[in-house]
Amino acid sequence: MRKRLAALMSALLVAGCGWGGTDAPTESGGGTIEYWLWDSAQQPGYQKCADLFATENPGLRVDISQYGWDVYWSKLTAGFIADTAPDVFTDHLNKFAQFVDLEVLRPLDDLAPTADINDGDYQEGLAELWKGQDGKRYGAPKDWDTVAMFYNPASMQAAGIDPASLNTLTWNPADGGTFEKTIAHLTIDANGVRGDEPGFDKTKVKQYGLGVDGSGGAGWGQTQWSAFTGSAGWSVTDRNPWGSRFNLDQPAFQSTLNWYFGLVRKGYMPSFAEIGGNNPVGPDKQIQSGLAAIALDGSWKISTFANLTDAAGQKLEMGIAPTPIGPSGKRASMFNGLADSITSLSEQPDNAAKWVKFMSGEQCQNIIGESGVVFPARPAGTEKAIAFNRDERKLDVSAFTDQVKDKTTFLFPVTTNAADITALMIPRMDAVYIGDEPVSSLNDLNDQLNGLFKVAG
Amino acid sequence: MAVVSVPKKKRKDDTRLAILFIAPALAGFLVFMIWPTLRGIYLSFTSFNLLTPPEFNGLDNYIRMVQDPVFWNSMVVTVYYVIINIALQTAFALAIAVMMQRLTKRTWLRGVVLTPYLVSNVVAALIFLWILDYQLGLGNRVLELIGMDRIAFLADSAWVIPTIAVINVWRHVGYTALLIFAGLQTIPETMYEAGRMDGASELTMFRRITLPLLRPILALVLIITVVGSFQVFDTVAVTTRGGPVDSSRVLQYYIYDMAFGRFQFGYASAMSVALLLVLIVITFLQYRLTRAEQSDLA
Repeated sequence: MRKRLAALMSALLVAGCGWGGTDAPTESGGGTIEYWLWDSAQQPGYQKCADLFATENPGLRVDISQYGWDVYWSKLTAGFIADTAPDVFTDHLNKFAQFVDLEVLRPLDDLAPTADINDGDYQEGLAELWKGQDGKRYGAPKDWDTVAMFYNPASMQAAGIDPASLNTLTWNPADGGTFEKTIAHLTIDANGVRGDEPGFDKTKVKQYGLGVDGSGGAGWGQTQWSAFTGSAGWSVTDRNPWGSRFNLDQPAFQSTLNWYFGLVRKGYMPSFAEIGGNNPVGPDKQIQSGLAAIALDGSWKISTFANLTDAAGQKLEMGIAPTPIGPSGKRASMFNGLADSITSLSEQPDNAAKWVKFMSGEQCQNIIGESGVVFPARPAGTEKAIAFNRDERKLDVSAFTDQVKDKTTFLFPVTTNAADITALMIPRMDAVYIGDEPVSSLNDLNDQLNGLFKVAG
Repeated sequence: MAVVSVPKKKRKDDTRLAILFIAPALAGFLVFMIWPTLRGIYLSFTSFNLLTPPEFNGLDNYIRMVQDPVFWNSMVVTVYYVIINIALQTAFALAIAVMMQRLTKRTWLRGVVLTPYLVSNVVAALIFLWILDYQLGLGNRVLELIGMDRIAFLADSAWVIPTIAVINVWRHVGYTALLIFAGLQTIPETMYEAGRMDGASELTMFRRITLPLLRPILALVLIITVVGSFQVFDTVAVTTRGGPVDSSRVLQYYIYDMAFGRFQFGYASAMSVALLLVLIVITFLQYRLTRAEQSDLA
């Protein structure tokens, strides 16, 4: 009996030691937290946060790695398979549901430091987007974005257009409204004839009125057509998040896309081939090179547009106008946000959670706001970003923030099967953009998308 | 050296030594070729998302494959690519090899032919992506200078596959030429001397001497290049990502995207098995039709 007790005691002691041993680095620090992000413009801001985090948490340090968008996701997937994924990474709404299904994310509610994240601390609706179908939180909100129109004030002046008039443009799928009139006038062919003048040669256009960011097959046309479909009162799925019926067969969507991609046929917007096919040049480059006068893009690109230079290296002036008002009588912008997620492979989830908590906290989000690259998820951080753009860049970013203030945003469609959806969407949307297929071909795509959920359900 | 030079009456049994030498290659072959192939075949009968354990689902993947229009489109696109790629590549390589043998003996000139092969596929694809760019590309500037319209080589569905095929011809033709050149070296010079004695022209000698005697080597070269050509991937991944729409979605790219983009490893494996079967059949046919194992040089 005694012997057995001794054995049991020693077993407990050993177990106790083992426990103390593995937990020791957590308690005393000494861990390096691997953190990944894709936006190089945001790295300096987060490095500041990481340095502050390290001084506040002796023994802990954060190692930040940045990879470009495309590489980022394939590297992350490979990392999940090969067990080399980071502890914490910047997550996207289009991807996170898939990762939850693949069981590679750790619910933040289960970790002490992040268990008390409060939805109300962030811009309305942002935090809720990061809850899975199981009701658990898989991402701590870090920033938000909307879309607006960037333009080159010089081309407005040359066209005799008052930039203030861009703030009240309207569009409709029938004749395009004042929006189409404006971009037609901003289009110039090789002979200097404008798009709304007789003799305009749409086959030899020098400057397009509207730039284009591809067909919008990935990301639900966020920086392409979502502002138009949204202001036509259309939404992607039956409900959001976790919709399972798609609305791509609805007339509101198809007539909007027919009009939008019709701008290519009219010569007001560059073709698929002209922007470089599947390796497209972005809207910022289109404005910079003078290929386009106006282009829709996201708020995360403000610093990119603000730093554009002309061929001689002179800084380009930049203006920002809100998305046009649509048939619904309102303007619209997709409202998207990024968050930080913790991988289930992380061997130090509590340290990782501390870092996530820190990034979602006031201190770090104010630092990010002051770096002026994105709008932090916390309202106070957002104010800092607005102030930075106003004071340092002399840029009025209200075209982005008013959408939130006026509640004209709609949330990024969060669904499961996102990888399949994207793979099916891209070729079909490209076909419509190129003009190979009519918009009615999207009925088949809609059936395919709905089919994905039949298999899953 | 000294050890080997001692001749022995009875040949020593060198099986153990042979095994020792074969072992590393055999281990590599088993670990990196046989095992993945077998596992791939197994996974083709499962539903597997890479991260959670595979689940056996019988023939589901194969049924889906037969019904998948994108798969059949990929098959057609791939075959189209292979035909253009192999036809051009073999014709050019043969011409270059014959010229290397008949016209020049300079090593550096022979070496120059191989240089594109020293450039990696991805780099070659990137360089051509820039040269053929619709807005800024040198290639399109040249077209404009000679009074033609610009061509969206890598963004127009009619042009992408021929363009990618030619990029890869540029990259591989030197290597293929070198293989054929090696084959040409095996043809005895006396054959050509005899030909010249009889007053045959270069062209006649090419048709009557070079081609027939080169047949086994040419067959081998074709088998290697056709198998390689069917597996085109990196050029597509860099230049077009399968687009526009599905016009350059070659089979390997579709398989890759299915596995690593869409996490459907089981279905991707089934398509890989299909590709394996296609390649086995094609190689077998080529071998038989070209009588690759027989030489007329006897």
